[in-house]
Amino acid sequence: MSFQEVHQGRLRTPFYSRLEKLDRLNNWHEWKGYSSADALYCEDTEYFAIRNATAVFDLTPMTKYRITGPDALDYLNRLVTRDMAKIEPGRVAYAVWCNDEGQVIDDGTIFHLKAGEYRLCSQERHYAWLMAAAMGFDVSIKHETEEVAALAVQGPTSFSSLSAMGLDGLGELKPFDLMHFDFEGAELMISRTGFTGDLGYELWIEPAKAEALWDALFDAGELFGIRAIGTHALETARIEAGYLAVREEFLPADELARTGRSRSPLELGLEWMVDFKKPNFNGRRALAEEKRRGSTWRLVKLDIEGNKTAHHSYIYAREKGNRSEIGFITSALWSPVCRQNIAIGTVKAPHGRPGDTVWVEVYYQREMHWSRVMAEAKVVDKPFWSPSRRSATPPGPY
Amino acid sequence: MTDRYDAIVVGAGHNGLVCSALLAKAGKKVLVLEANDQVGGAAITREFADGYSVSACAHLLYQLQAKVRKDLKLGPKLAADDMATIALSEDSRHVRLSGGSVDGVSDSDAVSYREFHSRMKRFAGLLSTYLNKTPPRLGSRDFEDLATLARLGFDVRRLGKREMREFLRLIGMNIYDELMERFESPLLKGALSLDAVLGTHLGPRSPTTMFTYLYRLAGNQGKMSAPAGGMGSVSEELAHVARESGATIRTGMPVKRIMIENGRVVGAETEGGEKFASYTVISNADPKRTIMKLVGARNVEAGFARRIHHIRMRGNAAKLHLALDGLPVIEGLSKKDFGERIVIAPDEHYVERAFNPAKYGESSPDPVIEMTFPSLRDSTLAPTGKHVMSAVIQYAPYELKGGWTDGARKDFESVVIKTIARYAPDLEQRITASELLTPADIEREFHITGGHWHHGELALDQFLFVRPVSGAAQYQMPLDGLYLCGAGAHPGGGVSGAAGRNAARAILSRERSA
Repeated sequence: MSFQEVHQGRLRTPFYSRLEKLDRLNNWHEWKGYSSADALYCEDTEYFAIRNATAVFDLTPMTKYRITGPDALDYLNRLVTRDMAKIEPGRVAYAVWCNDEGQVIDDGTIFHLKAGEYRLCSQERHYAWLMAAAMGFDVSIKHETEEVAALAVQGPTSFSSLSAMGLDGLGELKPFDLMHFDFEGAELMISRTGFTGDLGYELWIEPAKAEALWDALFDAGELFGIRAIGTHALETARIEAGYLAVREEFLPADELARTGRSRSPLELGLEWMVDFKKPNFNGRRALAEEKRRGSTWRLVKLDIEGNKTAHHSYIYAREKGNRSEIGFITSALWSPVCRQNIAIGTVKAPHGRPGDTVWVEVYYQREMHWSRVMAEAKVVDKPFWSPSRRSATPPGPY
Repeated sequence: MTDRYDAIVVGAGHNGLVCSALLAKAGKKVLVLEANDQVGGAAITREFADGYSVSACAHLLYQLQAKVRKDLKLGPKLAADDMATIALSEDSRHVRLSGGSVDGVSDSDAVSYREFHSRMKRFAGLLSTYLNKTPPRLGSRDFEDLATLARLGFDVRRLGKREMREFLRLIGMNIYDELMERFESPLLKGALSLDAVLGTHLGPRSPTTMFTYLYRLAGNQGKMSAPAGGMGSVSEELAHVARESGATIRTGMPVKRIMIENGRVVGAETEGGEKFASYTVISNADPKRTIMKLVGARNVEAGFARRIHHIRMRGNAAKLHLALDGLPVIEGLSKKDFGERIVIAPDEHYVERAFNPAKYGESSPDPVIEMTFPSLRDSTLAPTGKHVMSAVIQYAPYELKGGWTDGARKDFESVVIKTIARYAPDLEQRITASELLTPADIEREFHITGGHWHHGELALDQFLFVRPVSGAAQYQMPLDGLYLCGAGAHPGGGVSGAAGRNAARAILSRERSA
């Protein structure tokens, strides 16, 4: 790469020319070396595109690794906690990977592209760890973030928008399925995945075809209210869906200096993804021990009374004779679609069982002065937002 | 699968034999599988030319632990005990070190040396306590771990304020700086430098060479001896004790892999395809070979595999064996002196300069040499009137640029012989046969990764809690049923038996607490 290609010290994704035209706010941030928009014109309108129409998000900066070779499956099975043998070609798996101490390094999605060929996507970069984990395996790991342009196309009309592009067979795609299509002679991969908890897809294509794909998609989606969105709208949808975000609900264990600041998958409510039937995977010994002894932390989803958003609040026990501090909020917002004051937090086990109530100490400001309210909050089990259209196959034409 | 054992020991090196003897004594059914036809690993005696035998790898006994001797009632017969070190000078004004005294240096050096030696002995004594203990686990709440850790702190503190400061100042530093402060005599500084770097990939100006020097002293206060019949006799005696205690030792049985099922060890399979079952496999092989080859990196967790992969173990010492039709003449040495340990390390700079090329994959043009003529005190090693020389040569890097080709070997051998001939001009005429073992040969013949006799560089960052790697310093590896009992485990190399004994004790005490 020559220096000329680097603009203002930040990379631009292949969709930049299109985003730039829609951008009214000039609110951008850095995402793994790329410019990524916080919002393009109006955060709220963008959010409602996710819940009411078709929202398009440029996820090209998402870290992508291609994992191939005869041992690719064995390699992944040692890397992540869940059983990858169950993930057939054409399927996608949400996965989490740990260090030897059973602490989460990151979560991400693994796409079984073709037999024995995988793509691992994550928020953070992990080349050193992936390579270290490759010792003893006949496997090749290639960083391909720059070689794949990607769009998230999410929302109730996303299927209609994509269908209008003439993508035959898309209706059969079940959640976590992926399919390959031809787009102007290039391979377009579409997976029924996303970060919104709604009906939605992700589109993957070579960068040279990125602009053409964008144009075709926006032409087809015009009638269905298609809108480009930035990360803020997506973050709202993410919390409503109850998904974890690295650097919010957990920090990558391999970069922490302090002990006790990392989280295990058991502490993040991901026990369903830890398959102790596998004889060996990174973190297995430590996790088995944790399961035996009990975890220190528990992730909770909270439905909080009132309408004051509980950003960074402390959580207190609400038991007879016990009002001690038991944890804190990691993500919080007023959910427009649920009309609920919701949050994700971390509390000391055994507190925070589904159905428990806790206190949340919410500070808020009114004309410079701060006020405080102790709000009652209920621990809920299910995602705050999970409409039936999310998993309906074929999806309805909205 | 046919036979099931309580424990299988992979490799009949001296540590493997100590470990299997102790386990067998405790009533365990033990099988030892040795790749070579001879027991002993790198502690063997073998014929390298018709009628001439020599300790093929380790040639001086200075670390065999009293506790090992006592537990196994060993009484190795010694051909020479309490050997002196003679540092050769080209002008024949050799320096002789014996215990705390040194001859051939100025009075002030002699006084300084006496002080230096007594302090080093005190510090080495502190280390030696820990040679025979399982390193405590850090962050553990186990009573024994905490007690050992507390004891370590207490022992350091008990040195007294001044000596504790001195200990903490010295332990991480290079020996060169300390020698420069204390001594004038180049020969004395050269000889002490050599002791600090022998068997390592370090020069006297490398960090932690003060520690490697102390480690050498810690074994047996630095007292060196030569076993009668060569180092092999020690291993033979150990094998005898192990067999007497009920262990089965099978030679010529190289282990191809340690068998794993459902995430635990279930036995070992030989190259010949024979399988032996046991839920406990104890590897006397080095940690890299054990994990990366015999177990397979994929069968352990990635962080552990990465730590094992990064263990520094580049051997840098070669062995040269010469069959001589008579003793060479070295001016200023009597015949009796040839029974001592003779070193070529004329000054501290010479030793560091010898190391320089090794950093870049080249062998030393002016090597550092530790010579013994064991046949002088042990007539079984050579025909009457003839002699053998056994020498450790540094530096001969494992990863020699261009590889250890026949040409490279021949060149290096002649460099070594020419270097010795500066002091012993008639040496070349006396040679009737020779054998050079480079680290590459040591790797091939003794199955030690990198040909490093410590099974991993001995340095502060690979010692105690972090030997072989952090989280696995208690002989048990993070794979159920797998243990390490060789020099790659705490405390390290040298014919000491400490690792083997500690491993056996860790295994037995684990069983008791289970």
